Amino acid sequence: MNDFTRYLAGRVTAGGMNRREFIGRAMAAGLTLTAAGNLFATSAAAQTPKKGGNLKLGLEGGAATDSIDPAKATSQVMFTAVRTWGDTLVEAHPETRAPIPSLAESWSPSPDAKTWTFKIRKGVTFHDGKEMTVDDVVATLNRHSDAKTESGAAGMLKSISSIENKGGDLVVTLEAGNADLPAIFTDYHLVIQPNGGVDNPTAGIGTGAYKVKSFEPGVRMTFEKNASDWRSDRGFVETVEIITMNDATARIAALSSGQVQFINRVDPKTVPLLTRAPTVQLLTTSGGGHYVFIMHCDKAPFDNKDLRMALKYAIDREEMVKRILGGYGKVGNDFPINDTYALFPEGIEQRAYDPDKAKFHYQKSGHSGSVLLRTSEVAFPGAVDASVLFQQSAKKAGIDIEIKREPGDGYWSNVWNVQPFSASYWGSRATQDQFYSGAYLSTADWNDTRFKNETFDKLLISARGELDEAKRREMYREMAMLVRDEGGTILPMFNDFVNAGSKKLMGYVNDIGNDMSNGYVATRVWLDS
Amino acid sequence: MSNSAEAGGTPARSLRERFPLLALIFERFLLSLLLLFAVSVLIFAGVEALPGDFASTYLGQSATPETIANIRAELGLDRPVITRYFDWLGGVVQGDFGTSWASRNSVSEQVGNRLGNSLFLAGFAAIIAVPLAICLGMLSVHFRDRMPDKIINVISLAAISLPEFFIGYLLILYFAVNFGIATFPATVYQGMGFFERIQTIALPTATLVLVVLAHMMRMTRAAILSVMSSAYMETAELKGLSSWRAIVKHAAPNALAPIINVVALNLAYLVVGVVVVEVVFVYPGMGQYMVDAVTVRDMPVVQACGLIFAAVYILLNMLADILAIVANPRLRHPR
Repeated sequence: MNDFTRYLAGRVTAGGMNRREFIGRAMAAGLTLTAAGNLFATSAAAQTPKKGGNLKLGLEGGAATDSIDPAKATSQVMFTAVRTWGDTLVEAHPETRAPIPSLAESWSPSPDAKTWTFKIRKGVTFHDGKEMTVDDVVATLNRHSDAKTESGAAGMLKSISSIENKGGDLVVTLEAGNADLPAIFTDYHLVIQPNGGVDNPTAGIGTGAYKVKSFEPGVRMTFEKNASDWRSDRGFVETVEIITMNDATARIAALSSGQVQFINRVDPKTVPLLTRAPTVQLLTTSGGGHYVFIMHCDKAPFDNKDLRMALKYAIDREEMVKRILGGYGKVGNDFPINDTYALFPEGIEQRAYDPDKAKFHYQKSGHSGSVLLRTSEVAFPGAVDASVLFQQSAKKAGIDIEIKREPGDGYWSNVWNVQPFSASYWGSRATQDQFYSGAYLSTADWNDTRFKNETFDKLLISARGELDEAKRREMYREMAMLVRDEGGTILPMFNDFVNAGSKKLMGYVNDIGNDMSNGYVATRVWLDS
Repeated sequence: MSNSAEAGGTPARSLRERFPLLALIFERFLLSLLLLFAVSVLIFAGVEALPGDFASTYLGQSATPETIANIRAELGLDRPVITRYFDWLGGVVQGDFGTSWASRNSVSEQVGNRLGNSLFLAGFAAIIAVPLAICLGMLSVHFRDRMPDKIINVISLAAISLPEFFIGYLLILYFAVNFGIATFPATVYQGMGFFERIQTIALPTATLVLVVLAHMMRMTRAAILSVMSSAYMETAELKGLSSWRAIVKHAAPNALAPIINVVALNLAYLVVGVVVVEVVFVYPGMGQYMVDAVTVRDMPVVQACGLIFAAVYILLNMLADILAIVANPRLRHPR
């Protein structure tokens, strides 16, 4: 059973898919992106994409401060925009997340996974008519990783020691082996720009399916079809319009009145009402994003392993998924990886709500009095409600959780990663390695649980350079067990990406990589008349 | 003779007496500049006091210590606060508001667009709301304590009691979703024709009119009623003027000052206080622009917005005072 079929099986068990859909999608797993994309949505399976039309997207997560520079793309709107006008070297398979060719045709590592050679596609032109060369690729990667970089991707490119054009191929040398380098290159910041975008980072010129026509930050962005696109399996609509709509009700009103064909971030509480409209379809996809309660393993009282364990047993995960996510999500198991990641460690026992065990560990910890949990509306949608649920379920185990509601503004600077016990969320990362390196390695910048474990660090480094998948999977299992049992993460749930579209919107690909079909929504769908 | 001697002795005083209005405007102007300066210091200090600086809030979870340091160095955030403030002030004095830290676009250009949008919406709402409110106010005085007065009062009070976003949602639900006759979202953009714009902003305009109507209407009603009880109104009635004419010709001009004041306050609100309506209708105005900038501590933008908001308030209040004086000569000679 490979990763994807297991993932599908999981969806079937969860009731998210019928038999026909399952078979259709499982067959597609071995096919190319084109075939997979076309086969994915059941209703679309028998259809050929229809060209033309103006696609309007109403998206949450844009601001007047948005920059079109991919290095600075952080909001949901700019993430989608970058995917619409630019291409990365490597793409992630929508169903398995395996790296698949994009601007790089193929790649091969040295045996120690330290030196990687990428063959770059020829005959691809930028929107300004210039041909893309290996030098453009080198310049792009340099801009995101050199000493002066201000890029959001800088963290994951830290270990690169040189980027060169060697005889027309891209050669990347790393300080230490990393089997996941191609997966890192799928990151949306790393779209290839002419001369790396050094001359004009905000030009919005790339090799993508659509050209940027106009851009008003925080308001609206328009695109037109790139007539000389190097791919013919995408870019079906003629023009694309992204409207920033930060109000959830406004998005729903715009969709149900037919003014836009796609919206993101649908509040699970409004789903039953929304789907009553005959013209609307719900588009949900599992993902690796999750909501957490984080404890600092090095600060009292959370430096006590039994207290951490008591709190882990005192949370009712099933209820959280039901109440906070409206069922659009999966229970977590106190480590930040789920089956949307490659090499997911199977068969780890699911931790469940157990007041008796919680009571046992709580008494063993010797702690008395209440524990202070800081929370805020911005920690994740429904964080305050979730904290109260946690308080209630812990009470039954005799643990007194005191909740302090913090103001949203400044929560990420003053509370998260500062206070010993708080609510937070994490988005998905391309690989397990990337996630653990960013948040669980002893020296990680955002080690928000102060999890410092030598065995774990060693495993992480050796797994990174390991090209043998079976061995790697085993290491990831050990690491997951360490985080789950020793760590300071209470992970009640993984949230689904909940989007909605008009029924005319066809060919939507449920991409497990990230929200909005991994940002590719505009290039993958078409409009039925 | 006596005039010139007086002018020579105490010129300032005499100038003030001869041109009370001009002197007042001049005084107000100087005070406004001082006030704007104070506002800029307050905003700067306020944003500085907020937790987290631009570099760390903008990059969020994707930041590394190196990238934060690079951004700080590039924007000069590593310099002392005082230096940064006077650098910024130096630019503003020369009419240069700088570039947005986040989008790296010219602040003046962006603010120009957004301010234009805000003024357009506010202006359009005001054109409808102000005459309507004053007419309704006079009507309700005319029909005092009778059915029309009560109906006007109940409806306008109901409108003001509902939160503005709720009125907005109701209008969207009925006119955009159910009947499908109004445009939604009300997003205007550059290159949009004038009539298309007006059509697009119909719903937010209606919302704003409903929100500001009651306040102005009730103030008109109260002001006229208080004048109505004065002796000269009794005379007007006794000499046989119709009650409508008495209201329009005698009561309304004397009641003008408080009405102008409340209208000015509401106009200022229409320009600077409508961020909720902007969000609900997806309208790209100043309010949302400033909120976005504060969220990531984009100081040049926050400062520019703050100054403009303050200037709008000061200007409209000044205008209200001047108009009140023009309407009522007695105010020109304060005792």
